[in-house]
Amino acid sequence: MTTTSSGFRAFRTSTFRIVFRYAAIVGIFLTLVLGLVYWWALAVIDQGVRQTIEAEIRGLAEQYRTEGLERLIEVVSERSRRQPTDNSVYLLVAPDGRRLAGNLANWPDDAVVSVDGDKTWFNITLKKKEDGALVPHSIQARTFQLPGGFRLLVGHDTQGITDFRNIIIGVLAWAAVATLALAVLGGLLISRNLLRRVENVSATSRDIIRGDLGRRVQTDGSGDEFDRLARSINEMLDQIQHLMTGMRAVTDSLGHDLLSPLSRLRSRAELAFRNAPMDAPERETLELTIADADAILATFRSLMRIAQAESGLSRAEMVAVDLTTIADEVAELYQPVAEDKGLHFDKRLEPGCRIRAHEQLLAQAIANLLDNAVKYTPENGRVWLAVRREERAVVCEIADSGPGIPAEDREPVFERFTRLEHSRTTPGNGLGLSLVAAVAMLHGAAIELADNQPGLKVTLRFPPDQAAG
Amino acid sequence: MPYENGISLRNLVSDYAGGAMHILIIEDDENAAQYMAKGLTESGHVVDVASNGRDGLFMATGGDYDALIVDRMLPHLDGLAVIQALRAADIATPVLILSALGEVDDRVKGLRAGGDDYLTKPFAFSELIARLDAIVRRHNAGRVETTLKVGDLELDLLSRQVRRAGRAIELQPREFRLLEYMMRHADQVVTRTMLLEGVWDYHFDPQTNVIDVHISRLRQKIEKGFDKPLLHTVRGAGYVLRDTP
Repeated sequence: MTTTSSGFRAFRTSTFRIVFRYAAIVGIFLTLVLGLVYWWALAVIDQGVRQTIEAEIRGLAEQYRTEGLERLIEVVSERSRRQPTDNSVYLLVAPDGRRLAGNLANWPDDAVVSVDGDKTWFNITLKKKEDGALVPHSIQARTFQLPGGFRLLVGHDTQGITDFRNIIIGVLAWAAVATLALAVLGGLLISRNLLRRVENVSATSRDIIRGDLGRRVQTDGSGDEFDRLARSINEMLDQIQHLMTGMRAVTDSLGHDLLSPLSRLRSRAELAFRNAPMDAPERETLELTIADADAILATFRSLMRIAQAESGLSRAEMVAVDLTTIADEVAELYQPVAEDKGLHFDKRLEPGCRIRAHEQLLAQAIANLLDNAVKYTPENGRVWLAVRREERAVVCEIADSGPGIPAEDREPVFERFTRLEHSRTTPGNGLGLSLVAAVAMLHGAAIELADNQPGLKVTLRFPPDQAAG
Repeated sequence: MPYENGISLRNLVSDYAGGAMHILIIEDDENAAQYMAKGLTESGHVVDVASNGRDGLFMATGGDYDALIVDRMLPHLDGLAVIQALRAADIATPVLILSALGEVDDRVKGLRAGGDDYLTKPFAFSELIARLDAIVRRHNAGRVETTLKVGDLELDLLSRQVRRAGRAIELQPREFRLLEYMMRHADQVVTRTMLLEGVWDYHFDPQTNVIDVHISRLRQKIEKGFDKPLLHTVRGAGYVLRDTP
């Protein structure tokens, strides 16, 4: 396993998805909260500005009312001179529009008007000299009609608020990006860690499926949820193994208890047959008895073989073999039988296809398939045997031009003792394909039954021998 | 089935009368031991029985036996341990190992321990006799042959040529090995299982009797054009290659 592929796999884990979704929810929540804070802060600042302006207007109006125009002009001029440290804007004009005092050149006529209750507010943009350049500043302002036709404008530079708003927006954007990045990174790290621990369980499961029932999941003794899961699985496996051992003991003793008397029966019949005079009438009965006993024994032997393959006990005997040679030898065993039946035997064997296999079981599986092909194909038909290399598999294919197996019957033929309608009249015990299936499982091979149009095509796809490449 | 040149097992068993063997059966299953002893005695052999490994080893070491039949699983001393002990003591008596059904992969262990052949229970009596006969003869032959001869049939192991009455017979490689096996076991019954094991190295029974087809092809080649049959079918047992007078 390379780092890239395991890193890539971390993206496809549920943990990654969970972490990512969680980060997305947190991100949305964070944005909402910050947005609220933003609006609230702006509103408070805005309110403050308006209150300041209101207070100033009230003060100035009071000055005018009590001390007259002269004093008002004086106060406005004085406050205007506090510039530029203060951000206030003042303008007092005469009824004819002439400027009397203030730091604003003339009455703005491009003011945007907004109404807050009974008060009219302006948003105006002024150009202010800053470091020798004219920079637009937005101003919030209010006008006030003084008795006698004089008009007063008091405003406040809100550029600071705008800057503040821009900063907050920037911070929010960065926070969102950082949250997302952290979510992806965190998801990956957590996923990879979890993946490694889950992989521990998966690897063990795969070994067990392949028949190595003695395998156990590694525990790290940390007592966390994965450790507890591993321990539960191990306890379950112990229990399964215990049951299987018990089952095997029962099967074995049953087999033994049946085989011993059967074996004695056969020996007795054989001895009686050997001692009977050549013309004795019981000879035929004895011969049939022996034949029946042999048939039962053959079935027993087949069942034991299947059990042997299924148990995975033969895994220890698996070595790198040349499938081409094995298939060729089995073909050579069956070729005369096929020829005697007038069948055309077509071999297409690509040389040097190597796999890891139990040689005897593999040969028997191929023999069973060829046996079926030859048995069920009518005279003058064709039988094919092919061994070839595919991109990720070594393929062994046995096909015939016989009656084939209808699609709905293909699955059950691998069950023990399944015999299809048209095969009832031919010899066999219905275990041949069960053995093929068991051998395929032992070798980690995929097995496929297909229509050969006409006939049956059985394809076994073996994983190629790693060492041989 | 073609039995035209078949001979019965009964005739065959009587052939052993001249070559009576002294056989020790080491087997804890009383019934099995009794049947083997009975059958072998009726075939003209002298049989002793030991019911556990310790007694068996003791008897095998002291007595002068032609062959031993040793069960794989024995009380006191395991069958393989008995064989190893015998071989360690330089006693080369041929041994036929018996094993319960299903222990297919034990064969190699058995042969490695010093056994000469391996038979899975339950077995046909004819199979037991054929294999016993084969290991005893192989043990007694003890010399390297380059030419095998049965009647007027000759097989040259070096040039890999087969001649009958001076006439060359063309054989496929597998047919050659089949004939070689039959000739090495001339005058002995050879079972189908023995042929599958000895010629093809297959330790399973094919569903169809493919061996019969191979034998009949070989028979065609070595008998066509000659009067005297050589390759006989032994009903209920197997085949025998012999020059019948």
